[in-house]
Amino acid sequence: MTSPVPNPSPRHLDAEAASAAGRKAALERVIAAASAIILGKERELRLALACLIAKGHLLIEDVPGVGKTTLTHVLARALGLQFRRIQFTSDLLPADIAGATVYDRDQGGFTFHPGPIFAQLVLADEVNRATPKTQSALLEAMEEYQVTVEGHTYALPEPFFVVATQNPSHQVGTFALPESQLDRFLMRLELGYPDARAERALLQGQERRELINAMQPALDPAALIALQASVGQVRVSEALLDYVQAILQTSRQAPQYRDGLSPRAGLGLVRAAQAWAVLAGRAYVMPEDVQAVLPAVVRHRLQAAPEYSEQSSAELFQTLAAVPIP
Amino acid sequence: MMRRGTLHPPLRGETLYYLLAVLALVVLPHTPHLPPWLSILVFSLGAWRFIAARQQRRMPPAWLRILLTLVTLTVIFADYGTLLGRDSGTALLIAMLGLKLLEIRETRDIYVVVFLGYFLVIIHFLFSQSMFMAVYMLGMVAVLTAVLIDLNRRQSAAPLINLRLAGAMLARALPLMLVLFVLFPRISGPLWGLPNDAYSGMTGLSDEMSPGQISQLGQSDAIAFRANFEGAPPEAQQRYWRGPVFSQTDGESWRAAPRRGGALQTQVVNYQALGEPLRYAVMIEPHNKLWLFALDLPAEVPPFSDINDEFQLLSRQPVRERLRYEMRSYPDYKTGALSETERQRYLQLPIGGNPRARGLATEWRRRAASPAEIVQTALRLYRTENFIYTLSPPLIGDNFVDGFLFDTRKGFCEHYAGSFAFLMRAAGIPTRVVTGYQGGELNELGNYFIVRQRDAHAWAEVWLDGSGWQRVDPTAAVAPERVERGIDLSPQEEGMAVRFELQRNPLLNTLWRGMRHGWDAVNTRWNEWVLGFDAGRQSDLLSWLSLGGLTWQSVAIGLLTVIGVILCLLVLRLLNAERRGNDPVTRLYQRFCRKLARRGLARAAHEGPEDYARRVSRVRPELAHQVRTISALYIALRYGARGDHTCLPRLRREVRAFHP
Repeated sequence: MTSPVPNPSPRHLDAEAASAAGRKAALERVIAAASAIILGKERELRLALACLIAKGHLLIEDVPGVGKTTLTHVLARALGLQFRRIQFTSDLLPADIAGATVYDRDQGGFTFHPGPIFAQLVLADEVNRATPKTQSALLEAMEEYQVTVEGHTYALPEPFFVVATQNPSHQVGTFALPESQLDRFLMRLELGYPDARAERALLQGQERRELINAMQPALDPAALIALQASVGQVRVSEALLDYVQAILQTSRQAPQYRDGLSPRAGLGLVRAAQAWAVLAGRAYVMPEDVQAVLPAVVRHRLQAAPEYSEQSSAELFQTLAAVPIP
Repeated sequence: MMRRGTLHPPLRGETLYYLLAVLALVVLPHTPHLPPWLSILVFSLGAWRFIAARQQRRMPPAWLRILLTLVTLTVIFADYGTLLGRDSGTALLIAMLGLKLLEIRETRDIYVVVFLGYFLVIIHFLFSQSMFMAVYMLGMVAVLTAVLIDLNRRQSAAPLINLRLAGAMLARALPLMLVLFVLFPRISGPLWGLPNDAYSGMTGLSDEMSPGQISQLGQSDAIAFRANFEGAPPEAQQRYWRGPVFSQTDGESWRAAPRRGGALQTQVVNYQALGEPLRYAVMIEPHNKLWLFALDLPAEVPPFSDINDEFQLLSRQPVRERLRYEMRSYPDYKTGALSETERQRYLQLPIGGNPRARGLATEWRRRAASPAEIVQTALRLYRTENFIYTLSPPLIGDNFVDGFLFDTRKGFCEHYAGSFAFLMRAAGIPTRVVTGYQGGELNELGNYFIVRQRDAHAWAEVWLDGSGWQRVDPTAAVAPERVERGIDLSPQEEGMAVRFELQRNPLLNTLWRGMRHGWDAVNTRWNEWVLGFDAGRQSDLLSWLSLGGLTWQSVAIGLLTVIGVILCLLVLRLLNAERRGNDPVTRLYQRFCRKLARRGLARAAHEGPEDYARRVSRVRPELAHQVRTISALYIALRYGARGDHTCLPRLRREVRAFHP
C-alpha cells in the first residue's frame, strides 16, 4: 500500500471533490466565527447552519436564557444576513408581522409599509406566546416565501429564513404549535445548558452583544445562495435511499409512534443529510450524515402513541436510531 | 394512410448491429452446403436490415414479407424436392432466419433470432465435426451469449465487455460440459443417427471397377483411413490394403460375383500362415459402404464384421462413423484348393470380343511350361512395351482390352489390373481383381500411416497350384515408383504420364510435410478421443471409475438427479442472494464485517461504515490503516460515484488480504 488514504474517485470526480472541499472551508469559517461567541455548542451550530443551507426553517426549543436569540443573531452576522427580530406576544396581530397598507397624505394614496418579516433572517422569538392566528400568518410566509396584504402579494427577500424559538409548552400562557405546523420546520434544536467549562468561559468573557456587533461576516448572501444550490447536487445513492426508506417505514410501523413520518419529513431528511454532507466537504451522502441530522429532523414530528406516552422523547427516538443500515 | 413502421420503441441500434454481425459469422460456415442463391439472399436480407436500421427506414409491409416467405419456400422445395431432411431443413431454417430479420421490432424478436442462431450452431455439427469447426462454433456460442447479455443491459456495453462476460459464463459451464460429454449416454441406434442424406457425397471405392473410376479417386486428398502398427511397419511393397474383390467381368468393367448365402464367416478359414503376423489398428473414415480394409492376408475379423470367401472384410452396417478395429495380418501365406465352381467363377469371360487379347493369351498358353511363366510373360509385356501410367487415359471404344493393350497403351491401375486379369483368364489361369489402397504416408509425429483416396489402387490375384492365391500388380511392372511413392497431385496435361512426388526442394518439402503431419496428428487425437468416444469407450471409462456394469439408463438417471440437485441448490442460493442483496460490494463488505466479528468487533446493525471504522481503529490501532482503506472503498462504491471500475477489484483484494 502506498497511499495512506485511498482516493477511489476518477478524475472527473476529483474536481467535484475539490469544489466540495472549497465549500467546506467556507462553512468552517462561519462555524469558527460563530463558535467564538456561542461557546460549547458547535454541534448545534453546525445543525443550524445545515438547516439554513438546506433552505429549511429552524425551530429552537428550550428554556429561556440558554442563548437561543444569541445563536440566531450570531448566525445572521456570520452569514452577513439582514436580521429582524419579532417578539411574539399574545396580542401580536398578523399585520404586525407582514406589514400594513396605510393612507399617505403626501402621496394622496395608500402605500404598503412592510412589516418586520421582510428580512433575510427573521427571528420569531417565543413563537408559542402568540395566538394561532398570528402563528399561521408567520407559517404561511415561511411556506410561500411571499406575503399577501389586502389582495397584493409581496415577495420576501432572498435568502429567507425563519428561526423560531419557543419555550417548552408546559410553561404558562403558551399556545403550543400544532403538529401540522411543526412539520414545516426542517429541524428543531434543543440547546440545553452549556457544560461547565464553556459556562466558565462565558461568565469570564466579554459581553456577548458587543462581540456580536464587532463580528465580521464570513460569507455573503450570494455565496450562501450558491451553497444552497450545491446541496441539491450532492449525490444520493440508491443504497442511501434504501436506508432513508427503512427509517420512514419503521416510523410508520413501530407501535411507539402515533403517526409515522410524512413524505415531507422524508424529503427533509434527505435534504438535511445532503447539507450535512456539504458541511463535511463530501459530494455524496453517507448513512452517518442521515444519522447526524436524524434527531433534529424527526423528533418534533413524532408523537408517542397513547400506550407509550410516558416514554421520554429520547427513548422514543431510540427505535429510529436503531434502524439497521441496509 | 401513412402507418409508422415501428410503433414500439425500437431496439437499441447497437444490439441489432451486434446481432447482425454475429449471425453473419454463424451462417458463414453453412454457405458451402447451401445453394448459392440462398446464401446471397440471406446475406442481402441482413444487409437490408442493417441499412434500414442505419437510415431509420421502416421495414417492408406484412404482405411483402409473406410473399417473400412463400417464394423462398417454393424455391427451396423446387431445389431440394423436399422440405425435410438435413440439407433442405437447414436451408429452410437459414432462409427463415434471414426473413425474420425483416420483422425484428421488439426484444422478443431478438431472443427468437438468437436462439435460432444457437440452433444453427448445433446443426452445423451434422455437416462437420472437425476440431476447427468445434472451436469456431464454441466461439459462436460465446458471441451469441454476448448478444443476450447486451440485450439485458440497461445500456449497451462495448462488445468486448459483453464477450468477456459471456466467456466467463461459458468457462463456468465448461466442467458441466465435460461431465456431460463423458457421462451422457451414448446410444447407438436410429434415434441418434443422422438423417439419411447426411451420407451423400462421401468418396471412396465403389462396388464396381470400370476404367476411369479409380483415376478419379486418384485426385482426391481425402483420407480413407489411418493405420497404426505395433512394431515395425511393413515395406511399401507389402502395404496392399485389401478392399472389394471382383470376379465378374464384361470385358471392360469388373464387379463382385453374386453372393450366395453362407459365404460369410466370422473367422478366416482356408489359409496357411507362413512367418510372423503384423499387428495394427485401423481407424477408418466413414464411406457409407460395407467394406473394411486390411493388409493381405487378414487373419482376424473385427467384432462388427464378417469375412467372405475372397478374404474381404465386410462390416455388418455401412460405415457411417469413424470406426477403429484391431487387425492381424500374415504377409506370407498360402491358401487352399479351389473348388470346381470357384475355378469356373474365376475363369469367367464374356462371350466374344477382344479377339487380339484372346489370341495373345492362347499363344502364351501354348508356349509356356507353367502358369507362373505365363504370368511372367504378361508382366514382361507391360514392362517392355511402351505402356504409360497416367491419371487421364484416352477413351477406348468397344473391345476395351484390345484397345488398351495394342493401341492406346495409356492407363491407370484399373486398366492394368483389368487387362491383366482378362489375359490371365483367357490363358486359363483363375484370376480376380482386388481393389483397395496401396501404400500410405507415414506420419512421424503420430507414428501412423495416413491412407488417402488417391492411394486407391487395383491389382490382380492369380491362383497357382501349390501356393494358392498370389498377388500380382501389373501397375508395378509399368511404374514401379507407384508402389514406392505417392502420386504428385499437381495439375497434369491430358494423357501425360503420372509424375511422382520427388524431392525437388527438400527443405520446403520437409516443412510442408511436417506441418501437414502435425495437423493430422492433432486431428487424429481429436477424432480418436472426442469423436471416437463411443459407447464402448464410455463403458471402459465407467468400469475404470469402478462404475462398471451400470446401464446407460442408470447413468442417465444419476446424471439427471445430480443436475437436478445442483439446480435446486442454485435456485435456493439465488433466492437467498435476492434477499441478502446480490451486490458484490455489499457482499465484500459483509465479509469484512464477519472477519472483524470473529475477533469480537461485530458491527451494530445501525452503525454506519465510517463510525464502525473509527471504532475498530480505536480498539485495534494496528488495523486502522487497512480498516480505513476498506471502509473508504466501500463508502465510495456504495454511496459515492460508482464510475471507477478499479475500485471493486481493489476492494476485493483488500478484503481478501484482511486478516484481523
